[in-house]
Amino acid sequence: MKYAYYPGCSMECNAAAYELSTQAVAKSLDFELVELEDWNCCGATEYFSQDELTASAVVARNLALVAPEMDQLVAPCAACYCNLAKVDKMMGEDAEMNGKINTALKAGGLAYEAGRVKIRYLLDVIYRDFGEEGVKAKMQQSLEGLRIAPYYGCQAVRPIKREDDTEYPMQMDELFSWLGAEVVDFPVKAHCCGGHMTQISEPQAFEMIRRILQSAVDYKADMILCMCPMCQLNLDGYQSRVSSYADKEFNMPIIYFTQMLGLAFGLNPKDLGFGKELVPALPTIEAKLK
Amino acid sequence: MSVQHVAEGISPFLKELIEDTPKGERIMHCLQCGSCGGSCPNSADMDHTPRKLFAMIMANQRNEVLAANTQWCCVSCYLCTTRCPQEIPITDLMYALKRMAIAEGKSGGTNAPALAKTFTDLVDRYGRSYELGIAGLYHLLNRPVAMAKMGPMGLSMFAKGRMAILPTKIDKIDQLQAIINKARELSK
Repeated sequence: MKYAYYPGCSMECNAAAYELSTQAVAKSLDFELVELEDWNCCGATEYFSQDELTASAVVARNLALVAPEMDQLVAPCAACYCNLAKVDKMMGEDAEMNGKINTALKAGGLAYEAGRVKIRYLLDVIYRDFGEEGVKAKMQQSLEGLRIAPYYGCQAVRPIKREDDTEYPMQMDELFSWLGAEVVDFPVKAHCCGGHMTQISEPQAFEMIRRILQSAVDYKADMILCMCPMCQLNLDGYQSRVSSYADKEFNMPIIYFTQMLGLAFGLNPKDLGFGKELVPALPTIEAKLK
Repeated sequence: MSVQHVAEGISPFLKELIEDTPKGERIMHCLQCGSCGGSCPNSADMDHTPRKLFAMIMANQRNEVLAANTQWCCVSCYLCTTRCPQEIPITDLMYALKRMAIAEGKSGGTNAPALAKTFTDLVDRYGRSYELGIAGLYHLLNRPVAMAKMGPMGLSMFAKGRMAILPTKIDKIDQLQAIINKARELSK
């Protein structure tokens, strides 16, 4: 299997563990992620608060870069997925915007026909295209003994109502049940991590992060698995500051679902980017894994 | 963005907002049920919840709406949007209100417009986002005290190899900028 691949800016550095483990897991499952040549930033949430049309054109350049022989584009980051999928959908529904976006693309010698490429997020690709049988066939190490909280965040499951429930998604839950882990019925699994609010209003952001960490503690999870670089950064990077804010010592490892998947596939933790998280995950895993 | 079925004589501000939001005309169907504010993780900090804000928009209270912090509390989690029984694209309306507020120099007392500007300028220049650039430029200019508090975390991120010192620039930045310039011209 071959998919066009849009890594997104975070994967290059901040979420290097996600990129490493994504590539390693793809190799195990024997699918190829063909990186878009010279892709640009999706604009995150920031560009859309500046200029709707320009933000959409910036996103659409990436859609136009998908090679003609490819018809599926995979994004690991929820925010990138959301922007790519939203702009594609909007171009299909709004002829006026579609015309303007393509006029802008033409200034760069590009064009995009709405709906030509199916935009997907990585978890959905692994869950749907490989399924229980495909994933279990690669399992080398059962995840029995680990209690994990699956965290989906917002923008993979919303607003595009397509792959999973918008408030109670189950793909990650099922994926890790197949691998023997005990999956917590995590009530905040599709709540917001605070997004860019850490940069604007710390009390607001820290409260949103605290609710998620506290829920994982309440449900006695050993760690939280996430699928978005922004979520990982907020829950892991800001965890010590949220501990001070909440006057409570959180020590909750936050890793990407692909890292845990790689461990189940028998891959070396070093090749999966373990050690890049600020709250170390391996000691917990080693202590709990049977 | 069609306003053809929007009655004449409605609030000019409502009309303006509809024209600036994809599927914005759905706001006409607001039932004032409050599902949006009840779903929002940040509604407690809002000057006005979305339900009230929409009523103010209908009443043409342009200045009060654009001065509010409501739109800046929105982190685009889309929970209100997927829950709205009338399929109003509330998150997209919040984006439109952010754009209008920025155009009027209003920020609801937050630094959010400065963050958006810093981020957007870096994308225009390099084609990629650049975390250290955002952290440096935005915080230094807008929140020097907060920047000092973020120091230890920044250092940890460096130590873990999670923060790049230099930005990445795409090869065809000229192509991207040509697209951006054309889009800006069309959106005027």
